[in-house]
Amino acid sequence: MSITIQNIKKKFGNFQALDDISLNIETGELIALLGPSGSGKTSLLRIIAGLENLDEGAILFDGENITEINAKERNIGFVFQHYALFKHMTVFENVAYGLKVRPRKTRPSKKEIADKVHTLLSLVKLEHFADRYPSQLSGGQRQRVALARALAVEPKVLLLDEPFGALDAKVRKDLRRWLRKMHNEFHVTSIFVTHDQEEALDVADRIVVMNKGKIEQVGTPEDVYDHPNSPFVYDFLGNVNLFKGRLKNGQLVHGSYTGPIDETLAKHDTEAIGYVRPHDIQIERTANLEGMVPAKIIFIHAIGPIVQIELHRQDIDEYLEAEISKELFHSLKLQRGEQVYIRPKQLKVFIPDDFSI
Amino acid sequence: MTTTFFHKKRLTVLPGFKLSIGFTLLYLSILILLPLSMLFWNTMQLSWHDFIKIISDSRVVASYKLTFGTSFLAAIINVFFGTIIAWVLVRYDFVGKKLMDGLVDLPFALPTAVAGIALTALYAPNGWIGNLFPFKIAFTPIGIIIALTFIGLPFVVRTVQPVLQNFSTESEEASASLGANRWKTFIKVIFPELIPAILTGFTLAFSRALGEYGSVVFIAGNMPMKTEITPLLIMTKLEQYDYPGATAIAIVLLISSFMILLIMNIIQWLANRKYSV
Repeated sequence: MSITIQNIKKKFGNFQALDDISLNIETGELIALLGPSGSGKTSLLRIIAGLENLDEGAILFDGENITEINAKERNIGFVFQHYALFKHMTVFENVAYGLKVRPRKTRPSKKEIADKVHTLLSLVKLEHFADRYPSQLSGGQRQRVALARALAVEPKVLLLDEPFGALDAKVRKDLRRWLRKMHNEFHVTSIFVTHDQEEALDVADRIVVMNKGKIEQVGTPEDVYDHPNSPFVYDFLGNVNLFKGRLKNGQLVHGSYTGPIDETLAKHDTEAIGYVRPHDIQIERTANLEGMVPAKIIFIHAIGPIVQIELHRQDIDEYLEAEISKELFHSLKLQRGEQVYIRPKQLKVFIPDDFSI
Repeated sequence: MTTTFFHKKRLTVLPGFKLSIGFTLLYLSILILLPLSMLFWNTMQLSWHDFIKIISDSRVVASYKLTFGTSFLAAIINVFFGTIIAWVLVRYDFVGKKLMDGLVDLPFALPTAVAGIALTALYAPNGWIGNLFPFKIAFTPIGIIIALTFIGLPFVVRTVQPVLQNFSTESEEASASLGANRWKTFIKVIFPELIPAILTGFTLAFSRALGEYGSVVFIAGNMPMKTEITPLLIMTKLEQYDYPGATAIAIVLLISSFMILLIMNIIQWLANRKYSV
């Protein structure tokens, strides 16, 4: 089912939780709502679910306005961060709940319910846990029960509120993969909220980056990671090095660094900030290219295929983080305390308005 | 019980276990066990035959029926309305909520005789409420139930209230998102979680009602075989310096209260064991 969100506004007291949000979600998409806490991502999800009212705007499911329809009639599945399982019911009863509470006319027979529950439980690999109570399960198992419970009512939309937020790193990663797999099988339109950029980049078809009640950027993971359209997105998605300099004669000047900028910004003569990802920092032993800046290696973290290097710039008192491959690291034979030359391979310049880090 | 006892002894990191358990035992002995054992001591002056005769006297048996029957009904009424009051106090915001919350405790604070006099004045045949009804309320078992309901109300409200307060709204939202309406959500999700608290409230209100004297004697009318409660019979015997007779009846009341508390605790334990590890 496709979801259309039109100019939604929501206030909690004086706090503008959502400020004119519009968004289109296609049938079968897996969308991540990504943002820091207080960005409005959970409010938006709860409004789509019908668990929260909106002040202005409309929500359309398949073109039909459902703004005034309440949660129980929207046919959604909702998964909570803290599972929200019914603790006085067994795993089986939890999963069966959504089918059992249907009015008699549409309620499946006892046997049909049992079959369905067992199919779902084997899907979430919990078929042997049907008679357990939630308190006898681990966090990851509980969240899988919650997912099975949400899927039991065959929702047209699956909404997940920080579904893996309360789990430890290893389980998180497993469940993340598993959610992706589930989505590929069921193809139900899904939206999940997360503040973990890695999770969003890893799982989602498209990412909606939110900040202060507004949508900053919408795009595929590659899109938002490689072409962030604002300093906020740049900073929020992954690590970033800042070159807080000045635009002069079509170049960014920062300490002894001067580098080219976009032609659209060439006319400006103002303070500006260059954003460089750690893996876009080039390290050389000699200053053989234009715009190279001397820096001293202060720390090397060489676990795994990517080597992280912390550098201290020699021209101005600032620190940088670089990531290079292990091969390059070995061929350069870098040592802690050595002086090298660095250069941003790719640098995106934003002129700060009121944004500051 | 014993396993946790030993566990504590060996593994505890909290200091002062021996001191505090010693103090607890001493305190409970002096305050509860010693006075109760005096009951048995006093009763021992009676022969077995006399004991049976006293406690199975038809007037005494009628008073048991009345006391247990009215206490039970009062506790049931309190379960029903107490839960509703707790629900209202937790779930809704309205003007005067704090005041209403305070009013609930009033039956705790009010001297029971004051409550008894006030209720009698209201429900007597010529009282404000009493004259609205074609039948008698005060001086009948109905009057006794009203008095017992009055003094038992806070127990249910105060035990259910915190449980409702801590109840996560997420469970309700989950229920709604799964297509359940408000009523089904209440019956299937909220109410089962309230049952232990309601049972506790019921037990407290019931046992309190069994021993209640002050508020009942005014409204009851105290007619033998009809509206005479067991605590009143005990008082009557005491006034006639018949201490063994009074304690004999008291023992019956004590043992039955104890049995009821025991049964309720077993029920709760069975209910809890299921889903809390």
